[in-house]
Amino acid sequence: MERIPILKMGKVLLVTVQVDMHDRLAMTLQDDLTARIVKDHAHGVLIDISSLEVVDSFIGRMIGNIANMARVLDADTVVVGMRPAVAITLVELGLSLPGVRTALNVDKGVEMLKGSMEQRASANGHATR
Amino acid sequence: MATLRDEAFPIRSSDDIVKVRQITRELALMQTFSLVDQTKIVTAASELARNALEHGGGGEVRFEALQEGSRRGIRLTFVDQGPGIPDLEQALKDGFTTGGGMGLGLSGSKRLVNEFEIHSEVGKGTRVTIARWK
Repeated sequence: MERIPILKMGKVLLVTVQVDMHDRLAMTLQDDLTARIVKDHAHGVLIDISSLEVVDSFIGRMIGNIANMARVLDADTVVVGMRPAVAITLVELGLSLPGVRTALNVDKGVEMLKGSMEQRASANGHATR
Repeated sequence: MATLRDEAFPIRSSDDIVKVRQITRELALMQTFSLVDQTKIVTAASELARNALEHGGGGEVRFEALQEGSRRGIRLTFVDQGPGIPDLEQALKDGFTTGGGMGLGLSGSKRLVNEFEIHSEVGKGTRVTIARWK
């Protein structure tokens, strides 16, 4: 079965969506990613959608779901690389991806995740576990 | 009005939604749409193809590339023989959903095009026609 690869970089999982996703593939990614967050003890998820020429309400909802599920599993999600035409269309469609953090590119996304992981580390340093 | 291209394509699986996006993109390129206009019509096509599949139990889409004077456009007609929509006014509201979605399919795609027409008969099916002009 066709799958979108998930790469591990330290505490971050990196997903680069490079195909025009059909609905089943999007659902599989949701399942795979949540399983990997738990298995790899990941604290961050970076989803690169720079290859996606279209994000419709289904794919948008899938991205929102992944961010929410990751949050419940104690991981932060940043979506990077959205094309300007996709952003314009998404907002006009009525989908503004609430609760999903975005960054312009992978570098900025990694910085964002590092920042929130450092905050997490210092908060944990003071907490009794 | 001249018709430059006219073809039909069945919508029976989620792979067909991807194909509908691809054919729509091809037509938008042929009509030399801007990147934003391409993205809008392809996204609208994707929403309506999914509606036809999920609510209509599958159907068909007709693609037309049109020219009227110097204006070039695309018209897409989605037809299904599903249960139909009892309350169109409600179905066209943002956030109204009977499926598992967000209820943006109809209302959202309407905002992405220049022309939007919907006919639905309970027990017979639904036909949605959209057009976008360059």
